[in-house]
Amino acid sequence: MTMYRRKMEETIFVILMIVSTLVILSSLVLILTTIITKGLPAMNLAMITQTPKGGYYLGKAGGILNAIIGSLYLAGGATVLALLISLPVVMYINVYAPKKSMLTVFTRFSLDVLWGVPSIVYGAFGFAIMLLLGIQTSLLAGIIAVTLLIMPIMSRTMDEVIRMIPRELMEASYALGATRLETAMKVVIRQTLPSLLTAVLIAFGRGIGDAASVIFTAGFSDSIPCSLFRPAATLPLAIFFQLGTPFPAVQERAYASALILTIIILLVSIISRILVRKTAKHVIK
Amino acid sequence: MEPKIHISVRNLNVFYGAEQALKNITIDIPDKKITAIIGPSGCGKTTLLKSFNRLLDNNDDIRVIGEVLVDGENIYDPKTEITHVRKKMGLLSQKPYPLPMSIYDNVAYGPRIHGIKDKKRLDQIVEHYLKESSLWDEVHDKLHSPASKLSVGQQQRLCLARGLAVEPEIILGDEPTSALDPKSSQRIEQRFLELKEHYTIIIVTHILRQAKRLADHVIFLYMGEMIEEGPAEAIFSNPKEALTRDYIKGSIS
Repeated sequence: MTMYRRKMEETIFVILMIVSTLVILSSLVLILTTIITKGLPAMNLAMITQTPKGGYYLGKAGGILNAIIGSLYLAGGATVLALLISLPVVMYINVYAPKKSMLTVFTRFSLDVLWGVPSIVYGAFGFAIMLLLGIQTSLLAGIIAVTLLIMPIMSRTMDEVIRMIPRELMEASYALGATRLETAMKVVIRQTLPSLLTAVLIAFGRGIGDAASVIFTAGFSDSIPCSLFRPAATLPLAIFFQLGTPFPAVQERAYASALILTIIILLVSIISRILVRKTAKHVIK
Repeated sequence: MEPKIHISVRNLNVFYGAEQALKNITIDIPDKKITAIIGPSGCGKTTLLKSFNRLLDNNDDIRVIGEVLVDGENIYDPKTEITHVRKKMGLLSQKPYPLPMSIYDNVAYGPRIHGIKDKKRLDQIVEHYLKESSLWDEVHDKLHSPASKLSVGQQQRLCLARGLAVEPEIILGDEPTSALDPKSSQRIEQRFLELKEHYTIIIVTHILRQAKRLADHVIFLYMGEMIEEGPAEAIFSNPKEALTRDYIKGSIS
């Protein structure tokens, strides 16, 4: 009798797991089909090679090259800045600071809180910084806001993998007379390189897809960004504006833009997979 | 003739938080001999070993009171340069931990840190110490492949080569054969017996027969205290303390 009950439990849980997996897969498939079926009619070479003709709001001709370039600049710049902040932070709390010190615990806690802050708040905060520094809506302001948004994501993702490094591996380096810095740069980074790359690319993906943090900060522009101090277009905002028009032809272009953004993120994921595989051979298990 | 002393430990006390791991240890470790630290698990063997190259410093809330003199220099003196102390010693841990890089880079890691940049010189060093740890024949045609691909026994010999490459005077082994198969263990033991001509070797072991095979000098620890130390023959054939006798007979473990 109990055997029968245990088998039933097993079956029920397997079914639950399969259903959950299907929910995830089907939502991905549904999103992709929506974007593809609605966006494909408006897809053409001009979309990715030209700037909008007739204004980004109402324009039905030209393309969204301004937003593609703007987004790449913005997410790229923010990723580099976030990396410059994240690496020292995670090295400090994992290699230098005592494990259970208040500073370490508090830093992790702060990063977790920052991770959960909605991106519109980063947009508003970025706007406040702009007022403080006296800069206008610009690529630079957008980069600052997006950096703040993705820095906690990058740091905590890196932190979780660096924490898993076996203590003996670090000791092996110390025992050879290496300093903490040498151990961090030569051993910790190499050991976690695949995961660090993943963290960077996850952060990039989050940065390139976010609309709320750039709406007040980066602004929007019809032309390809050529200065850090001028407004720059971004793909999420291009989608947002185009989708908000009452014209079906422009709405179609929003879906085509979404398709382009999705393809960029897909490419980034594929590149990261390849890089992870290439860098994983030295990792000590 | 009195043997030359390489490491002197004077009234060493180590605390992990409120717990005392080593109690007032005073010992002398002879130069160019194999010293075995034996005792039941949790008796402080590894703590004592790690106190010699200050790897204990990496623990949080640890307190070390007392002196460890290496070549007459107190390594716990705040003025002592820690990387200098560690360079004098090669460490083999229980499970081999090669660094996440190629075989070549593992051996070259220490020399590079300590300033050797010349490619030819590094090539020589790598070859010399891989031979010294009898790994060369197995890896000479794949020096640039990842160290992670080696077998555990090969990894431990690589760690030995890596440790020797910084030209230490002392080799510390923390149960260095416990993760290895019998054949690999034997090779490591054989190397130790050959290396003691040039190095002071200190190993922690819970395998009594290994201590008998290798050691010239034995230190017996029990619950953080040093119960007995002396020449290996004396300890194994005629221990003075009842606890040592019981441990050697196997009635305590």
